[in-house]
Amino acid sequence: MSTTVTTKKSASGGRAGDSIFSGLSLGAGVLILAVLAAVALFLFLQALPTFQAPAEDISGGAGFLSYIWPMVIGTVIAALIALLIATPIGVLVALYISHYAPARIAKPVGYVIDLLAAIPSVIYGAWGTTVLASSLVPFYDWLTNNLGFIPLFGGPASQTGKTMLTAGIVLAIMILPIITAMSRELFVQTPRLHEEAALALGATRWEMIRMTVLPFARPGIISSVMLALGRALGETMAVALVLSSGPLTASLVQSGNQTIAAEIALNFPEAYGLRLSELIAAGLILFLITLVVNMIARAIIARYKEFSGAN
Amino acid sequence: MSTTASFHSPTPVRPSSPRRSQLTRNQRPKWLVPVIGVAAVVVGAALSALVGFSPALWAVFAAVVFLVAAPIAVSVIEGGRKGADSLVTYLVYTAFILAVVPLISVLWTVLANGLPGLTSNLLFTSMNGVTGVHDNAAAEGQGPVLGGAYHAIVGTVSITFWATLLSVPIGLLTAIYLVEYSRGGWLGRGITFFVDVMTGIPSIVAGLFAAALFGLVFGPSTRFGFVAAVALTVLMIPTVVKNTEEMLKIVPNELREASYALGVRKWRTILKVVIPTAISGIASGVTLAIARVIGETAPLLVTAGFATAINWNSFSGWMTTLPTFIYYQIMTPTSPTSPDPSQQRAWAAALILILIVMLLNLVARLVARAFAPKVTGR
Repeated sequence: MSTTVTTKKSASGGRAGDSIFSGLSLGAGVLILAVLAAVALFLFLQALPTFQAPAEDISGGAGFLSYIWPMVIGTVIAALIALLIATPIGVLVALYISHYAPARIAKPVGYVIDLLAAIPSVIYGAWGTTVLASSLVPFYDWLTNNLGFIPLFGGPASQTGKTMLTAGIVLAIMILPIITAMSRELFVQTPRLHEEAALALGATRWEMIRMTVLPFARPGIISSVMLALGRALGETMAVALVLSSGPLTASLVQSGNQTIAAEIALNFPEAYGLRLSELIAAGLILFLITLVVNMIARAIIARYKEFSGAN
Repeated sequence: MSTTASFHSPTPVRPSSPRRSQLTRNQRPKWLVPVIGVAAVVVGAALSALVGFSPALWAVFAAVVFLVAAPIAVSVIEGGRKGADSLVTYLVYTAFILAVVPLISVLWTVLANGLPGLTSNLLFTSMNGVTGVHDNAAAEGQGPVLGGAYHAIVGTVSITFWATLLSVPIGLLTAIYLVEYSRGGWLGRGITFFVDVMTGIPSIVAGLFAAALFGLVFGPSTRFGFVAAVALTVLMIPTVVKNTEEMLKIVPNELREASYALGVRKWRTILKVVIPTAISGIASGVTLAIARVIGETAPLLVTAGFATAINWNSFSGWMTTLPTFIYYQIMTPTSPTSPDPSQQRAWAAALILILIVMLLNLVARLVARAFAPKVTGR
């Protein structure tokens, strides 16, 4: 049949296009997996000399582990301060947008929070070091004078304000939009009927939120906090600009402590040879830490996806 | 008050009477919370004056006094449940104010410090040949602040251009694979998971990856614009994939089926039906991704180096972008003895950067709205 022959001809051209296109898109997907593997591989290859080098050649002269662990602690401390501040405020702001603000302002407020997320980190760092640090000095003085018996607030307080606590506060401001945006998305998805049932039984607004909204959104809140933690662990510029770094200290209001990301940013431009490899090894550690945190967060989200519709 | 009296007496309540009806008893009077608010402001002022007055301290004390006093007053009148409810309400409003204050402070700082430096010098000259001598002279009032951020704007534009050129095709094709081809297969689920994980890669690690990759090929400490573009691509791909995936998912299946029913091949259906339907969302997603990476600093520190002269060539020579320009002007002022001109340039560059980011966000919204698919059929 002549018609089938002609259509077959054009169809075979289409089939080639089909396989090319599906091959291309599959290739792009696989490329992404390859890139992620390459990140780990190349970091590992470049970090290898550090792991093989004799201990006294590493900065600090006592091996890589004793070089990296104060910074791991510093990174965790900075991220924890940020989480402690940003989690309650972020969740409350999300509640404000979803359940408290009049509908007319809720939307602009959402934009404002997104704006907070859009500001580049270097600008937060510049703001933190010029405005926030100096204005926190009296507060730190007060802390050391009145709560100085707690090692966290041991004096004398830094007179520039460039301390771990300041860095943590700047980080908190930066991760707040993540927590707020994700929590808000879940809060507004709470089944209307649950809320109305609670209100109809005489619950106050807070009781309604506690009984319907929060249980519904809990896994989402947890995973948003984990994602924010991942962000805070890896944030570089704010800490590099704000913190006046030094050896590990317990006091949060003195200069000292360092995070991995800031250490890399401050030293990489001038580094060469083994020092370069050392910093890349530090980056590898940071990569692994954030990878684990993010995978846990994603696993939580995936587990609760069918109930909450979050992603 | 005399609510119990009105309960016992059968005489009707006069309209002008201050007595409260059965329905409103045990409710706080309307004036109560505003009065507590005013009182809290006064007490806060007094307390802060005791320890040394400052506006911030005043606000903190006033807020604390209010947050303690108002819920207690409410719970005394209306009971503990209402008290807890009002406490949470006031906490929610306080949290909102706490979140907005830094935003206003940041924007105000950038505007106030950046506007004076926003001169034609800043926009159209580079830092080439500008030394501490010029800055010292400017700080002493002998001549203008020389030097600018033109080379940084050039660097930002070219590095972002290459990053976009690399990441958009990869991101777009991956999203197409996930939505149109994989449809929940194991490879698709794996890619989705790792794209999500990739969103969380610290930007400095992406920079180190690019530096390590090019370091292996071209020798250690290889730095030029394209290395930075590769680093930014790693950061940009996940955003592009996630946004595009969301947009392709909401294209109605009826459109695809109608196209298949007419005998159109799958790839032509995707190119001619699916993508045109979702193009507004895809474009706005790409714009948001650009806005995200244009402000990245850390990966550029380790990949692009630092230049003071204009360099349009992304494949050789060091480059400066706006964020690294800001960073270096603050951390290592051109003239260590008088950092003011450097500060001025840094803040002006920060203002430009914020304006670019805001503009990109605005464009993304406008694009999403302008090219949105029509709800009704054509």
